[in-house]
Amino acid sequence: MATLELKQITKSFDDTHVIKGVDLEVNDREFVVFVGPSGCGKSTLMRMIAGLESATSGDILIDGQRMNEVGPADRGLAMVFQSYALYPHMTVEDNMGFSMRLAGVSKDKRREKVLEAAKILQLEPLLDRKPKALSGGQRQRVAIGRAIVRNPSIFLFDEPLSNLDAALRVQMRIELARLHEELDATMIYVTHDQIEAMTMADKIVVLQGGEVEQVGSPMGLYHHPRNRFVAGFIGSPKMNFIAVEQVSSDAEGVTIKLPGGETRQVPIDGSGHAGGGALELGVRPEHLVLDEQGPMEGRIQVLERLGGQTSLYVQMGDSLLTIMADGDVAYRVNDSVRFGFSSDRAHLFDAEGLSLPKLHRHPLAGLRRQDNRAPSDTVGQ
Amino acid sequence: MSAGRVTPAGSFPATFMVTDMNKTRTSGRTIGGLRTLSLQAPAVTLLFLWMIVPLAMTVWFSLQRYNLLMPGMTGFAGLENYEYLFTDPALWSAMGTTLLMVGWVLVITVVGGTLLAVLFQQDFMGRGIARVLAISPFFVMPTVSALVWKNMMMHPANGVLSWVAESLGLPAVDWFSSLPLTSVIIIVAWQWLPFALLILLTAMQSLDEDQVEAARMDGAGPIAIFFFITLPHLKRAISVVIMIEMIFLLTIFAEIFVTTSGGPGLATTNLAYLIYIRALLDFDVGMASAGGVVAIILANIVAIFLVRMVAKNLES
Repeated sequence: MATLELKQITKSFDDTHVIKGVDLEVNDREFVVFVGPSGCGKSTLMRMIAGLESATSGDILIDGQRMNEVGPADRGLAMVFQSYALYPHMTVEDNMGFSMRLAGVSKDKRREKVLEAAKILQLEPLLDRKPKALSGGQRQRVAIGRAIVRNPSIFLFDEPLSNLDAALRVQMRIELARLHEELDATMIYVTHDQIEAMTMADKIVVLQGGEVEQVGSPMGLYHHPRNRFVAGFIGSPKMNFIAVEQVSSDAEGVTIKLPGGETRQVPIDGSGHAGGGALELGVRPEHLVLDEQGPMEGRIQVLERLGGQTSLYVQMGDSLLTIMADGDVAYRVNDSVRFGFSSDRAHLFDAEGLSLPKLHRHPLAGLRRQDNRAPSDTVGQ
Repeated sequence: MSAGRVTPAGSFPATFMVTDMNKTRTSGRTIGGLRTLSLQAPAVTLLFLWMIVPLAMTVWFSLQRYNLLMPGMTGFAGLENYEYLFTDPALWSAMGTTLLMVGWVLVITVVGGTLLAVLFQQDFMGRGIARVLAISPFFVMPTVSALVWKNMMMHPANGVLSWVAESLGLPAVDWFSSLPLTSVIIIVAWQWLPFALLILLTAMQSLDEDQVEAARMDGAGPIAIFFFITLPHLKRAISVVIMIEMIFLLTIFAEIFVTTSGGPGLATTNLAYLIYIRALLDFDVGMASAGGVVAIILANIVAIFLVRMVAKNLES
């Protein structure tokens, strides 16, 4: 039961402005992911929410209460660190019960609560071990357990999965999503990995250079990025950008001239954009399609066969484009390919990098993660 | 080349035997094969002689009638020297003094060193300079620092401490005659505190900052962080400090020689100084050697306990 609100938060170290005025609202029980390249200020922002770092200006409100001057222990938050930050000389049980021990909770009560959390995380057999006798994934779970025991109003995760190997990361990702449902808690999660952001978030906050680039649902950011940065950052492999020219625009969309000279119409509202200018066409690798009659042509530089899919890196003019194709395509390196794109999935960006609004909103753009599952009372009917 | 091959070839059967032994040993310790042993031998032999010759001579002298003031009295004495030594109250007094000195200096340096390490870990203006200043007493020669303390700090007439006492209206203290052991302990602790600080400060820097922050999130204040996070983290470094200091503190000599000469009476005579008195003031080499053997045994007992403790600590 907690909401968080940031109002014009800034943070400066001497003359370096790390956070330049961030406004954000986090609703109750929401899973919010801060994502951005390294150095974008996402960790600093989280540390300010946690109270480990003070804000230079602005307000931090938790449940409507201003928390700027409240110490980290009294904000009702719990944080899971990237390095786990387990106390190496304490057993798992003592690690998890440390906050209660400091608060003077009796030993029996402490054990009861630790067992409760250990049960959720399947840590019961490990309670007497020291952290160094645990694997990376187990340490991660202990760190989460330490947070759960505190019964916080908001969980903070600072890149918690980046020290795990790929397989374990997938597993922990699922476990975290499950935990979010089970605990019904508000969670804020920092990562540089856009896959983690896409899979777990109800709301993604894309940060760059200390500023919020866009806030939205994963599908919203994927289908309607506000600018070129968000478009490139969300989605993997990265979106392709192709320089095009605007020929005309009407109610049906914008007509553009592609590098090969052919024109196509895309369903995008060009009314805000002065006609005749240079634009950039953004198409994701999965929306570029190999097509003998396609309007564009390029030479394959690299082929990556993943089995189910093949990534083609195609040189067209100065730009190297990525095309996700079927796993069975018979092309080889240095082959020439023709390709097109699905026009309703295309994006257009103006000279400032801002995207032109699409004519139709994507049906899934407003989807929240909870909406993926059927309401619990209808299950089995 | 052919000459170099002779030795290994000659030791082949033996090597095989040793290898077989290695396989069957389950204790986890392996002994080097003969081939490597022959290469280690010169260094090992040298070190062994380095250790065994003085030790054997000390033991031998301790069994002799050997007093430079009585050149006529020589010959095998049996355990006579030891008998005199152990019935001499000076030995027990010296042992007590040794323990008191080592114990108190350890307490002062470890407790003070830990607190100073915490202090110097904080960020403040001029921290680098302050650290160097705090560590510098360690680089002063023991004789020099003892002289400085004797003549400039603790001197009853000219000393800084008596000036402070006087300006506060208190009577000046004649440190070396009224509090001799305390004075020596203060001087030695002043010298060794920087050592403890240096080791503990280095250990302190390896403390994971995330742990401290996690503890802060868990509601730990500065004092709780010190006892629950910092101190357990420093445990290993503290045991190293204790071990190294103890080895050196058992043999304090220069500070005593320069300041009190073991006095008044035997008040500041430790084992090392007692051996010096017997050998070079009484010229009783036999008796001094017996004292030396006792000191070796004592140091070894301490060392065995300490090495075990530290080794256990380093493992965990």
